[in-house]
Amino acid sequence: MILLSFVAALLLTGLALPDWAVHWRPAWVAMTLAYWCLALPERVGLGAAWLAGLVLDAHTGALLGQNALSLVALAYLALRMNRQLRVFPLLQQSLCLALCLLALQGFAWWARDLAGTPPQHWTFLMPAVTSAMAWPLLFVVLRALRRKYRIV
Amino acid sequence: MARIPRRAKRFFPTLFRNTLSVSAKLVIFAAASAALMAADHRGRLEGPRAAISSLAYPLHFAASLPVAWFHRASTALASRKQLLEENERLRRERLFINVRAQRFATLQEENRRLKILLESSTDLSLEGSVLMAELVQVDLQPFRQQIIINKGRQDKVFKGQPVVDADGVMGQVTQVGLFSSTVLLLTDPAHSIPVQIDRNGVRSIAVGTGRNDALLLDYLSANADVKEGDLIVSSGLGGRFPPGYPVGTVTKVAHALGEPFSEVAVAPRARFGRSREVLLLWPAAAQRGPLAAEG
Repeated sequence: MILLSFVAALLLTGLALPDWAVHWRPAWVAMTLAYWCLALPERVGLGAAWLAGLVLDAHTGALLGQNALSLVALAYLALRMNRQLRVFPLLQQSLCLALCLLALQGFAWWARDLAGTPPQHWTFLMPAVTSAMAWPLLFVVLRALRRKYRIV
Repeated sequence: MARIPRRAKRFFPTLFRNTLSVSAKLVIFAAASAALMAADHRGRLEGPRAAISSLAYPLHFAASLPVAWFHRASTALASRKQLLEENERLRRERLFINVRAQRFATLQEENRRLKILLESSTDLSLEGSVLMAELVQVDLQPFRQQIIINKGRQDKVFKGQPVVDADGVMGQVTQVGLFSSTVLLLTDPAHSIPVQIDRNGVRSIAVGTGRNDALLLDYLSANADVKEGDLIVSSGLGGRFPPGYPVGTVTKVAHALGEPFSEVAVAPRARFGRSREVLLLWPAAAQRGPLAAEG
């Protein structure tokens, strides 16, 4: 089930959107990872994050390791702040997630700058905002699935 | 630390997690990612990348299904009248193209004879073969201009192969998987193509800008003869793109005072983001451009 949710997130990442919407695509894989790290920290950890990141790199044609690094960092934050984040209301979680993703986007920008292909527009920060908006929805859906299939 | 009873460990695993190990893991995985990125950037991972892009094909294919279904549904629902109109339009277009092709054969022969008279070494003949490929409708990372096509090593696609559409040069193949390959488009900031102005043969290099409606011409001196509306074609230098394929038309020429080069913007001819079929070119050996032919 966890695996399935990641596959769904990958498909959403690859889904062709009209040109204007491309930069607004939420970071589905990162959010799914964040959810499982919060809900089941003893099952989904840094190893899973790294693998998911590598698959995402292959899927999006990025430099191998680029998304892996961001997702490992995200999983680390989610695991370390696990107990605080779990009791936060959804909106506060969204805000935290947006801040994390903003930091990671900046980091990814730096990595791509080193590789010689920096993004040329401020819209590369947009996924953090749209992810924050999509987080409550994703959280509720994944929690419902987790409870229904009793994943512990 | 006192010994923790096994039962407690099982029921409260998070309470007794050793946090140091998480940090240690972070360092290990981060180092591994950095090493991978460095190796990939230097092009040391050709083999694994090819294998990975073969494995990613099912995912790409699945992600492209909704769009493909949408297209099929919209064709199925197109009215009879629309289809008849389209058919009529295509028939007319084909007639025009046929008439021009008749002239083309004569012109090509005449051109060949004149070239022999001039003892010129460039050869614009259209030998070599082509293969049609369809785009797989998925989005890759934003800010890179890449597409995925449904032909791969099975169809003898090779790295660096030129890709064109009905109107002009689109880009080149950068990664070949078993069933699909990745094409880097002309408009990617990391892509440049050697070109010349069709009118007078002035040479330059067209560099991508990251936007799909503009390229920039590099190294055109401030007094170079270039005007708005000039057709830019591939020059064949460098031996990767065959010479004589249209790349774009000049839209803006600007001279900044005191700069040695002028700033020339080009609107690409290929219809990025709109064409759904592209052509892969296998240039004939003698036709890889003058440099390749001489060297």
